Amino acid sequence: MHPAPSVIIFSSVSGLGFGLLVWLGLGFPDVTGMVAFVFFVVAYVLAVGGLLASTAHLGHPERAIKAFRQWRSSWLSREGVCAVSALIVMALYGAGLVFFGASWTILGYLGAALSLATVFTTGMIYAQMKTVPRWNHFLTPAMFLAYSVAGGAILANRWTDAFFLLLLTAVLQITVWWRGDTALAASGTTLATATGLGEMGGVRPFEPPHTGTNYLLNEFGYQIGRKHAQKLRIIALVLAFVVPLVIMLLPHAGHMAAGVAVLSHICGVLTSRWLFFAEAEHVVGLYYGTRAV
Amino acid sequence: MTTLPTSTQKKLGLVIDLDTCVGCHACVVSCKGWNTENYGAPLSDQDPYGAAPSGTFLNRVHSYEVQPDHGQAALVHFPKSCLHCEDAPCVTVCPTGASYKRVEDGIVLVNESDCIGCGLCAWACPYGAREMDAEEKVMKKCTLCVDRIYNENLPEVDRVPACVRTCPAGARHFGDFADPDSNVSVLTAERGGIELMPEQGTKPVNRYLPPRARDRTEDVDILAPFLDPIAAEPQGFMGWLDKALTAMPGGR
Ligand code: SF4
Ligand code: SF4
Ligand code: SF4
Repeated sequence: MHPAPSVIIFSSVSGLGFGLLVWLGLGFPDVTGMVAFVFFVVAYVLAVGGLLASTAHLGHPERAIKAFRQWRSSWLSREGVCAVSALIVMALYGAGLVFFGASWTILGYLGAALSLATVFTTGMIYAQMKTVPRWNHFLTPAMFLAYSVAGGAILANRWTDAFFLLLLTAVLQITVWWRGDTALAASGTTLATATGLGEMGGVRPFEPPHTGTNYLLNEFGYQIGRKHAQKLRIIALVLAFVVPLVIMLLPHAGHMAAGVAVLSHICGVLTSRWLFFAEAEHVVGLYYGTRAV
Repeated sequence: MTTLPTSTQKKLGLVIDLDTCVGCHACVVSCKGWNTENYGAPLSDQDPYGAAPSGTFLNRVHSYEVQPDHGQAALVHFPKSCLHCEDAPCVTVCPTGASYKRVEDGIVLVNESDCIGCGLCAWACPYGAREMDAEEKVMKKCTLCVDRIYNENLPEVDRVPACVRTCPAGARHFGDFADPDSNVSVLTAERGGIELMPEQGTKPVNRYLPPRARDRTEDVDILAPFLDPIAAEPQGFMGWLDKALTAMPGGR
């Protein structure tokens, strides 16, 4: 799949923002007044910034409001509904903390649940795609949730929680890669089933329908070399997990070190998300012979 | 509304005969021609006269080579357009309700004024039947020529999809799969019409008729003996002429 920057930035950055909102909603760190204000600004800049980036990927962003209508069937619509509700509820909760020094616990819990739901729906948009076997698994939303809550824990200064959540996320990430590498072959979709000609013999593409490119090839034909991908996986693991974990183990790591941990983690998440798209193969590629199975 | 109807009164769709398709791409051209001028936004082209032309098409023809265990490989031309699936995943993923399946005839359409161009429906379609128009930024797909098949302004013979009407080989057939006696149902039953990617669970309405088995003959070539080269060295009068001509100035 084409690794579109808008979608990569959206899912990484918003994921972190909503992750921080989860912790804030649960009352961690227990802050009020100006300090709470700063935490909420960080969370909103990330969450809303990501959402705005995602509209760059729409052909008609001016009609985006229509996307709230089909929550009964569409995960994308559900994501929109959850995101907006989470942002409204957490804004009220944050206003209580910042301006009245009051912690409206129920509101905070509701906001945290909605923030989690937002990240879950993002994961489900990908996990529902039977056409992309690498994504079509419950591990996809599990990984999105883990990244979000772990990143949120780093931002919320919950280092002990962050430490174990990062370990869990790393395990999930590696499992996702490991399962994903054989997912297309395991899905049973091949050029033989795609053309229905498998009964006759071995099928191979002879001539594409057109000499140039098209929307399908641009969107789904993206391919990344195996060696290249392996290197990027290691880079993602080091930046997202190893560096922050090591920093957390250092005695007396100060604000600077925390800043490095956060930045490194964000870069790692972006790399992992880039790979999430770049490595995903859509079954339509079979018709074009971009992937021989 | 992007939830799917539980059933549709008719199941309109196409039968595509892989045995007769000659791969001429006439359906591709007539589809583009009709649909760029009629229902919805035109089908734009990018850099049409330049070095790297591309554009939006609702129907494309692939070609595959099938190699059986014994005998010669077969070349199969493979037209592909929307299969108007009963369990269309492209419809349920749509956040706006722009994509929908009609209750009356099962045609899957896009209401372009509601489409936000998110592209998710194209991700959900396993067949590559949806293309986002690069100019209009809305999703385009085969309409089953909904603006022809019910169009009373057209002579009756033309009230079929443009691709069906145009195909010089008669490889595309249009009809109602819900009616067991319709042309398409009969063809599917007689020829063992296939579903593409059944494992994807989309329940496509369109069916493909597999190529018929080819006749096989022994390798006898009755003309070969007559094609043996004639005497290498000319003899008699021709031999004398050959020698005389070679001896003349300019001869070899
Ligand atoms: S072929 Fe693709 S676009 Fe057409 S109904 Fe099926 S899933 Fe949807
Ligand atoms: S591109 Fe348009 S039709 Fe397709 S899912 Fe998005 S809004 Fe719906
Ligand atoms: S039915 Fe109409 S829109 Fe669909 S492929 Fe044929 S000509 Fe194109």
